[in-house]
Amino acid sequence: MIQALTDLGDHIAAALPNDVLSTEINRCGELTVTARTVSIQRVLTFLRDDSACLFKQVVDICGVDWPGREPRFDVVYHLLSMKHNQRVRVKVKVDEEVPVPSATAIYSAAGWFEREVWDMFGITFADHLDLRRILTDYGFEGHPLRKDFPLSGYVEMHYDDEQKRVVYRPVELTQDFRSFDFLSPWEGPPPGDEKAAMPAADGPAGEKARGRG
Amino acid sequence: MAEAEIQNYTINFGPQHPAAHGVLRLVLEMSGEVVDRADPHIGLLHRGTEKLIEHKTYTQAVPYFDRLDYVGTMNQEHAFVLAAERLLGLEVPERARYIRTLYCEIGRQLNHILNVTAFVLDVGGMTPLLWGFEEREKLMGFYERASGARLHANYFRVGGVAFDLPAGLAEDIAAWCDSFPKVLDEIEVLVTDNRIFKQRTVDIGIVSEEQALDWGFTGPNLRASGVPWDLRKSQPYEVYDRLDFDIPVGSHGDCYDRYLVRVAEMRESVKIMRQCLEQMPGGPVRVDDRKITPPPRAEMKRSMEALIHHFKLFTEGFHVPAGEVYAAVEAPKGEFAVYLIADGTNRPYRCKIRPPGYVHLQALDMMSKGHMLADVVANIGSIDIVFGEIDR
Repeated sequence: MIQALTDLGDHIAAALPNDVLSTEINRCGELTVTARTVSIQRVLTFLRDDSACLFKQVVDICGVDWPGREPRFDVVYHLLSMKHNQRVRVKVKVDEEVPVPSATAIYSAAGWFEREVWDMFGITFADHLDLRRILTDYGFEGHPLRKDFPLSGYVEMHYDDEQKRVVYRPVELTQDFRSFDFLSPWEGPPPGDEKAAMPAADGPAGEKARGRG
Repeated sequence: MAEAEIQNYTINFGPQHPAAHGVLRLVLEMSGEVVDRADPHIGLLHRGTEKLIEHKTYTQAVPYFDRLDYVGTMNQEHAFVLAAERLLGLEVPERARYIRTLYCEIGRQLNHILNVTAFVLDVGGMTPLLWGFEEREKLMGFYERASGARLHANYFRVGGVAFDLPAGLAEDIAAWCDSFPKVLDEIEVLVTDNRIFKQRTVDIGIVSEEQALDWGFTGPNLRASGVPWDLRKSQPYEVYDRLDFDIPVGSHGDCYDRYLVRVAEMRESVKIMRQCLEQMPGGPVRVDDRKITPPPRAEMKRSMEALIHHFKLFTEGFHVPAGEVYAAVEAPKGEFAVYLIADGTNRPYRCKIRPPGYVHLQALDMMSKGHMLADVVANIGSIDIVFGEIDR
């Protein structure tokens, strides 16, 4: 199984040398193909039509946010080949400004997945015919699955007695949102430990510390 | 006489229509009685599950999966615990794997009973729903006896299941397996050859094999279009590779075939449940790794170490080594999958949920184009959608 995936990865990399950046098999035995953003349509078409691939189904498209990385987002495609009983993951790295070529011309099922990625992350898709928001409310602002979007959101709904309808207002929490840091202090030096930064066991300070036991 | 000008008009269907199966809002562009375009507006039940899971430990994330497809709940938990187990490299004890398989099949029964009978209700038959719910009630009793909850079970754990089955439960499930096929026969007598039912479903919403693949169909909807594909056979997980069962496949891809496939799947599912009960070994139901699963209550009374483990597991939780995994299961509605990215801490970095109903509902426009308004209802009923999982 792993051997077949390795061969498949090599085959894809050899057939699309200018479009595929890398292929990798992770420890769970899954093949990941990293592609150039501009070539995603060519890569997906190849994966769908090549006789060694025949990934006829796109089972999932999703975004991943990596704040602090440049470019910030990943768009991850999961494809399934029923003929060869294999899966492949295709990744492209994208920025907020640059649109990703849409996969809707290759897979009809991509339409709603791409709408969801746009809704949740604000990644745009070029040539998508119907790129509206899908899961959030009409008139929603922001992209909730970005890491810098707060869990509680910015607005909440309430019934306004004067207007006799439901309206939005800025979110007010009766209790502050608590995010506990449960990471164990026993693994690695505790915060505020001045000795952790000191060079180990050489120089007079190290000796003294050791002498005290 | 001057010819009347006929214009296309738009009607709004739902979100409070009983045939919308929850909170579907459908904007239909009609040309007379014929549907030109169906535009589903979803998200009315969006609760931000994926965002919430990013803020919870792995154990705390499991109950959210019950609230996705609230009809067959444990199948969803299953995808998540499988994903976490693959990242951790855990080997689950034999008995736990059989219990999980058994309860996933109970989930499939729960789902198919509801879908088949509610579909019949949508197109005009009341009685099967009442009979089916009697059986669902018994199945939810089995859920309750194992997990303590009828619907939102929260029973599966990373590394096994929460508790062992209580004494006597296996016998009762076996007795149910004997009695259920008769109920199914009775429902089939009412429905399968019923003239009204056939008039409403045969040749309605035909999806060809190519269309089904292109639109990402999975599960019974795909099999009704004639593609013999089932993850339980093709990419077996848990103990499915040891069990003997068949995959019913349709030929025509219409609403009637989707109904027939589900009914046949229920019969196969009974077979799987029986085999699970027969083959189920004794032994532990969770991995014996105190860094993953909590110690038994009795041990905590005597051992300080056990107490610390318990405390750490229920506050900090366990850490999952960094990596990514895509774990798919054959949920009753199709391929339900979790794409999990771990960053080495106690919380998932990203947990993408792949709901089957989302993809099926997308194809409603393709299926309904050129059909009558009443056929839209048949199509919605036959593709088996539940908004908990579509809106997440």
